[in-house]
Amino acid sequence: MAASQTEALSFFSTTIGKKLIMSITGAILLCFVIVHMLGNLQVFAGQAKLNAYAAFLQSLGGVLWAFRALMLLAVLLHIYTGLTLWFQNRASRPIRYHAFTPTKSTISSRNMMLLGLALGFFVVYHILHLTLGKVHPPFDPADVFTNVVRGFSQPLIAGAYVLAMIFLGLHLYHGVWSMFQSLGLTADRFDRARRGLATLVAVALTAGNISMPVAIFISNMPR
Amino acid sequence: MNFTLRVWRQKDASDPGRMVDHRADGIIPDMSFLEMLDVVNQKLIEKGEEPIAFDHDCREGICGCCGAVVNGTAHGPLPATTLCQLYMRHFRDGDVITIEPWRAKAFPVLRDLCVDRGALDRIMYAGGYITVRTGSAAEANAIPIPKPIADRAMDAAACIGCGACVAACPNASPMLFLSAKVSQYALLPQGQPERELRVKKMVAVAEASGFGACSVHAECEGVCPKNIKLTFISKLNRELIRAHLKS
Amino acid sequence: MAELDSKIPEGPIAEKWDKHRFNLKLINPANKRKYRVIVVGSGLAGASAAASLAELGFQVACFCYQDSARRAHSIAAQGGINAAKNYQNDGDSIYRLFYDTVKGGDFRAREANVYRLAQVSNNIMDQCVAQGVPFAREYGGCLDNRSFGGAQVSRTFYARGQTGQQLLLGAYSALCCQIGRGAVKMYPRHEMLDLVVIDGQARGIIARDMVSGAITRHVADAVAIGTGGYSNVFYLSTNAKGCNATAIWRAHVRGAYFANPCYTQIHPTCIPVTGEHQSKLTLMSESLRNDGRIWVPLAKEESRAPGKIPESERDYYLERKYPSFGNLAPRDISSRAAKQVCDEGRGIGKSKQGVYLDFADALKRLGRPVIEERYGNLFQMYEEITAEDPYHVPMRIFPAPHYTMGGLWVDYNLMSNLPGLHVIGEANFSDHGANRLGASALMQGLADGYFVLPYTIGDYLARAGICKAGTDHEAFKEAEEAVRGRLKKLLGKKEGKRSVDSFHRELGRLMWNGCGMGRTEASLKGALEKLPKLREAFWEEVKVPGDADHLNQELEKAGRVADLLELAELMCVDALDRSESCGGHFREESQTPDGEALRDDEHFCHVSAWEHAGAGKAPVLHKEPLKFDYVHLQTRSYK
Repeated sequence: MAASQTEALSFFSTTIGKKLIMSITGAILLCFVIVHMLGNLQVFAGQAKLNAYAAFLQSLGGVLWAFRALMLLAVLLHIYTGLTLWFQNRASRPIRYHAFTPTKSTISSRNMMLLGLALGFFVVYHILHLTLGKVHPPFDPADVFTNVVRGFSQPLIAGAYVLAMIFLGLHLYHGVWSMFQSLGLTADRFDRARRGLATLVAVALTAGNISMPVAIFISNMPR
Repeated sequence: MNFTLRVWRQKDASDPGRMVDHRADGIIPDMSFLEMLDVVNQKLIEKGEEPIAFDHDCREGICGCCGAVVNGTAHGPLPATTLCQLYMRHFRDGDVITIEPWRAKAFPVLRDLCVDRGALDRIMYAGGYITVRTGSAAEANAIPIPKPIADRAMDAAACIGCGACVAACPNASPMLFLSAKVSQYALLPQGQPERELRVKKMVAVAEASGFGACSVHAECEGVCPKNIKLTFISKLNRELIRAHLKS
Repeated sequence: MAELDSKIPEGPIAEKWDKHRFNLKLINPANKRKYRVIVVGSGLAGASAAASLAELGFQVACFCYQDSARRAHSIAAQGGINAAKNYQNDGDSIYRLFYDTVKGGDFRAREANVYRLAQVSNNIMDQCVAQGVPFAREYGGCLDNRSFGGAQVSRTFYARGQTGQQLLLGAYSALCCQIGRGAVKMYPRHEMLDLVVIDGQARGIIARDMVSGAITRHVADAVAIGTGGYSNVFYLSTNAKGCNATAIWRAHVRGAYFANPCYTQIHPTCIPVTGEHQSKLTLMSESLRNDGRIWVPLAKEESRAPGKIPESERDYYLERKYPSFGNLAPRDISSRAAKQVCDEGRGIGKSKQGVYLDFADALKRLGRPVIEERYGNLFQMYEEITAEDPYHVPMRIFPAPHYTMGGLWVDYNLMSNLPGLHVIGEANFSDHGANRLGASALMQGLADGYFVLPYTIGDYLARAGICKAGTDHEAFKEAEEAVRGRLKKLLGKKEGKRSVDSFHRELGRLMWNGCGMGRTEASLKGALEKLPKLREAFWEEVKVPGDADHLNQELEKAGRVADLLELAELMCVDALDRSESCGGHFREESQTPDGEALRDDEHFCHVSAWEHAGAGKAPVLHKEPLKFDYVHLQTRSYK
């Protein structure tokens, strides 16, 4: 046991090990984001449907808390490891270039940390808004649909959600692409497919999530 | 052709260094980038100033000695090209050209554009070899190697160790260099006995040298003069995971 | 001339090396670690020697001027490495490789050395494959071969167009292993500036740390120099910019004989010079001649584009003159033939100094994918340099200085006449005679480093014992002061008018015209008259900015050019003395009616080893007679 522990420690102390943590936690969070979106899209099916779904989730009790704990762990590990790597990466080039012309990196790849931090703050805000109901009262724990519609009818709130989802798309565009690399699961002949998958995931999640605030905001605009 | 060069000048490791403008006049499109620097240096020497120090040797793109970040791109704007094989016909007359040394904590500047890439050698000393005593080898054709595997090993082995991958990487990560060597030996049957130990030892030294992590920006692939593919880094990751799982 | 003892063992040629190895003295493993060996240079010869000696248990220090041992110029060899494996079942054998090499060298190499080279060629392949060198393979998984200039069998192993790179990286990896173990101390960015001789034995070197400028003393029990050749005496050559003769020249000045300095190889397939600004010449691998056809227009002053010249008005001169070897004629012959057609006014390109290397037929016969697979990277490189697409327009090529067969004289043990000083690879004169065949340089460098020196140096060490003197010995002090004095003198002319490069260019032009592809008594005498003046002007007017306490590339160059200026004179003296033509040394006075090199075996069947007699004094010639018991002297014909 001791030997395998040192083995694991020595592996996770390398940047390659840390990137593996990033990709596994990232994959967990990605799964959550997909499920979360699919569930929430029920908003288009009407008040009853969405509220029933919410009630079902609440009824899970212990399972829900176990799931929440797993998510929290994944988020914290993702953030902590990400920041550790970011500080190490910053330190590896103490003097910056006067000119930098990228060849293959993208806006998303170069801003993963900022996008990630922004998403982190958004998650806190989102929980305060629609889980705990602390930021934009009134809030009715039993009527998720009304909470959502009330929130997204206000331009600033809807705008914040849209912006956050664009960030999410950008974060995933690079995240999904690089996840396979960190897991060691790539080959030249799948390169284009991998790019395609990353694009698809990013666009689908962004579009799906944005559709809700946008649709609600437009339908509730004073005519 | 005439150019304005904005060049990093630094007398030695203790000098903070600065960007200095130099004129490059009367340049012929058929000159290589380094020959253009030769012309500038000859003028500087005539004027009694110290010429721009830059590393170079074979000037045919194979020794891996030369390299500078030109207008923000390692080895200049042309893909799959070393600086010595970059010709001035790829620039526009009158351009301002920014020339900076490789920048990384692990590559201290020695003078002007010359940096110390010893960290890459130290990674190699740690395990970049197959241990085989001179004279103890088996007959060369004793182990047949399928052509696709031999070709893939050759793709990796083409690395010239110039350090452009480190220079271009926003994190100054050496993973493309490291992965090329690890992959070459991991692919070949001769490399199997030391496969796990090798990748662990090489990664350990790389990690201790002040480099950054791979964030899969792919800048390394974009500037690599020998077209080494990013997927070798994936292979490196796989090799390290495998090595730790096995032991 | 008892002192020039080549120490060739007795017995039949096939048994000499085995017998000799048995007779060499051994050192017991526990004692080996007490011996120190300095290896200067980290190319194929230096790196392989340093690694192999460290494996044996010796303490090794290895020096190179590059920032890493992996950058030595062996890396630029493109074509391949020969070995007598006979995998192609085409009649090759150790004896045939030996025969081809002796004949290819125009009967100016030692038979015993060449035979040994052919013998160990097979071990080299085994060794390199075991190191993970990714040689080209056939679909069945076996090693692939190709044919190369000067041979009618396919014995050349290759790794795309980067064989030298892959072999060097193999040797470098072996070196890395030993550096990692602490058995080799590596000194990159260090240049050897003098040899230290104590009581007639080579016991150390003076080196300069090229970053800090520190001058350091290094003591050892034996010194091995593998610093390559001196083609840069021509300024424009295929050698790396940093290649220099300082180590061998300083050793020569300290007493080592310099053998056959006039044997220089002019490689037939290089990209022609485009203008004054040019800093070096780029080789296009000789392997291109396997499929490319070389031609010039029949008419002088042809102005049509190559594609517009009909077949009937082209002269495929190599195929015409040498029907059995055709475009694969050896390098010296191909180069000279190119020079001849250009001298006739049939050269092509703006400068009229060039010939076509045409792939149109091969493209038609094999199709573009095959040509791309074989030569893709070379074609790309050509296009990048010339902005012409060789898939559509024939390549323009012209000969350029590439390799020097001459070098420090060594005996069968690779030791010079100075006891303790061993010379390996291109730096010695040994195995190629007056002309080197393609794919033989890699073979020789690795043979010396892996399989010859590790045996023979042990014999010397066992006999000579451990050096009692330390770096405080008078000889070290004297050598260091000499080095410091030279550096100071080079930096002394701040008001000077000319840069090092301008002198180097002038030297190159002078040597190309006086001692280049065709040499005459008049051209050599002319060069010998001008060289002392150029050297004088150099020391009077050379302007070297900066100081000796920093990285100073002009100072490095200045020291190297100063030594080349002296070496150039010895080359001309030797070329003038050797009034025959042989291999790469073509004296226009000595040719057959149809323009082939005419040897004079009666007067020149010997190695010319020159002793440095002191500054300003004429060098003293020592002759080592050459005997040919197996490959009988004959006119070399490739017709």
